[in-house]
Amino acid sequence: MASVYFDEASRLHKGNDHPSVDALTLDIQDGEFLVLVGPSGCGKSTTLRMLAGLEPVDRGRILINGHDQAGVRPRDRDIAMVFQSYALYPNMSAADNMGFALRNSGVSKDETARRVHEAAKILELEQMLNRRPGQMSGGQRQRVAMGRAIVRDPKVFCMDEPLSNLDAKLRVSTRAQIAALQRRLEVTTVYVTHDQVEAMTMGHRVAVLRDGVLQQVATPEELYRRPVNTFVAGFIGSPAINLVRCDVRGGAADLYGASVPLERSAVGDADSVQVGVRPESWTVASAGAPGALRLTVDIVESLGSESFVYGHPDHPTGTAVPAVDPVDGGDQTPGAAGAESAGLTVRLGREHRPSVGDVLHVVPLPQEVLLFDSESGERLGSSSGTHGASRADFLQK
Amino acid sequence: MSTMTKRIRARRTEVHNAEAMSHSGPALKTFGYLAMVITLLVVAVPLFWVVVTSFKQRPDIFTQPAEWWPKHPTTDGYHNAVFGIPFGSYLRNSLIITGVLSATKIVLGVLSAYALSLLRFPGRNLVFIVVIAALMVPNQITVISNYALVSQLGWRNTFQGIIIPLAGVAFGTFLMRNQFLSIPTEIIEAARLDGAGPLKLLWRVALPMSWPTLVAFSIITIVNEWNEYLWPFLMSDDSRTGTLPVGLTLLQTTDGITNWGPVMAATVLAMLPVLIVFLVLQRHMIKGLTAGAVKG
Repeated sequence: MASVYFDEASRLHKGNDHPSVDALTLDIQDGEFLVLVGPSGCGKSTTLRMLAGLEPVDRGRILINGHDQAGVRPRDRDIAMVFQSYALYPNMSAADNMGFALRNSGVSKDETARRVHEAAKILELEQMLNRRPGQMSGGQRQRVAMGRAIVRDPKVFCMDEPLSNLDAKLRVSTRAQIAALQRRLEVTTVYVTHDQVEAMTMGHRVAVLRDGVLQQVATPEELYRRPVNTFVAGFIGSPAINLVRCDVRGGAADLYGASVPLERSAVGDADSVQVGVRPESWTVASAGAPGALRLTVDIVESLGSESFVYGHPDHPTGTAVPAVDPVDGGDQTPGAAGAESAGLTVRLGREHRPSVGDVLHVVPLPQEVLLFDSESGERLGSSSGTHGASRADFLQK
Repeated sequence: MSTMTKRIRARRTEVHNAEAMSHSGPALKTFGYLAMVITLLVVAVPLFWVVVTSFKQRPDIFTQPAEWWPKHPTTDGYHNAVFGIPFGSYLRNSLIITGVLSATKIVLGVLSAYALSLLRFPGRNLVFIVVIAALMVPNQITVISNYALVSQLGWRNTFQGIIIPLAGVAFGTFLMRNQFLSIPTEIIEAARLDGAGPLKLLWRVALPMSWPTLVAFSIITIVNEWNEYLWPFLMSDDSRTGTLPVGLTLLQTTDGITNWGPVMAATVLAMLPVLIVFLVLQRHMIKGLTAGAVKG
């Protein structure tokens, strides 16, 4: 049980001008599950390794329970880590893998065995305790790695993409298991992932990093509803948000012919803005409806309960801003980034079944439209700053 | 479109054929077997000759054309080898020197390699380069100065005089360091987070994963020390500290013409212990032990 505080912590790798982690300030409460998310190379793993003591902190500090961790060895930090590759000891049985840390810290044999069995029960590993990692499946190894962390009852769990080596189905079930386990054990957890679904579903709060700089830390809901900038908006949500650079005319943005009303207080006298519309924030209108934009359908992805339509607007103005590619490839929906440079994504309910080449009339829902500065990408009309985002409210509950 | 498909298909067939050729072409297969037979002959014929000669009577050894099987088999050669020289003393000396030297070399090699790969200290790479540089110096160059030093210390005809100058281990350090570096870093980090101290990290994590390399290193060391000739020969005058290879030379010069029967018999006897060691250890060399450590 511990709180963790990153105080302007930076990590500068040798031969790199730009810090891998740049003055990161992050307050993680006791018992909180915080997810660090961002594209490859954004410094999320480095942040985790700094916390675990595997990488030095070049500037700033990291406090655990208010104690500066500078010079404290990894073994003395009481942090358990789950590695992406699991990093099990191949020469030891599952039970020995899990009990290794306890034996090292002088816990008696009987007590170690008791705690290992307890953890094995939670993780449904009781039948596996005498097997070696080489005789286990990927999912079982992953659970042994989890077990190795939980038997220690550490101050902090550090998890570095622990699910990325599992197949899709197992990943979904293990995801829920880990989240439930964390709620039950109430151990402060820092979880690194590049998978936005994991980020949105597992954590109390999510911290989005880009190039070593913290963009926003907030609850998943807050992050989705009120992203601080276009990067966060583009990173969270799949398919990605539609971002379009629009001219401002007469107090409204011209979104491919559809008019999006703007608040003067938010926009000021800018002559262009970036308009962000989530795929689900559209309604289908009848032809010729006021404020509707005409969309020619390029690709239809039908998922049964809903379908995603990728199309291009029949209007000369406006420039679509390509959304950030979360991960190199990743499980991004194909048409989202590809198709046309001026493509839009619209989610449709089951009642609409357009086919390729059809023309759709869609209207953005004004209350769900996000507005961003056309230059900096910061969200307009957002009162809270990057770092001042709200705490996990349900933590207190 | 169709021409393109055809072309792609043709190329695929080509590639497939090339692969098939490289794996199981009859000419290549024949060549492979031929190479194996030649290698086998190069190794086996001299060995066979040694064993056969050890059972021959003296006149039969020198007959021409060569006799490939003893016409009058005898064990006189073995009797002479064992009782003609103080064979027991030489064997004892060899066992002591090989045992102590190998143990020292293996322990030093593992410890230094561990320090040079997994512990962090300033000047680590420089130390490693110095060790590697030591590998480049031929033994024969250091023999004279070592001899002067050891005889000044009054260590001639002593075990420490033979053992200590031979106990340096550049090769083992080099081999084991590379082995330790090949262990996935996550495992080392996991062990550090699990509170394993330096020795526990070596003993419980790094070494068990390096078993095959360690066994190979041990076999090479034991065989080398067992067969070491020049330095023990310079250091010992008689059977007090002389090793088996030194003892063998005594058999050669008992009378004017070398009596090859006992020499060959003694050679066979000298071979047996290392052969046994090799047979016992070689099984452990094969199995990889990193399976299941990382990923799936």
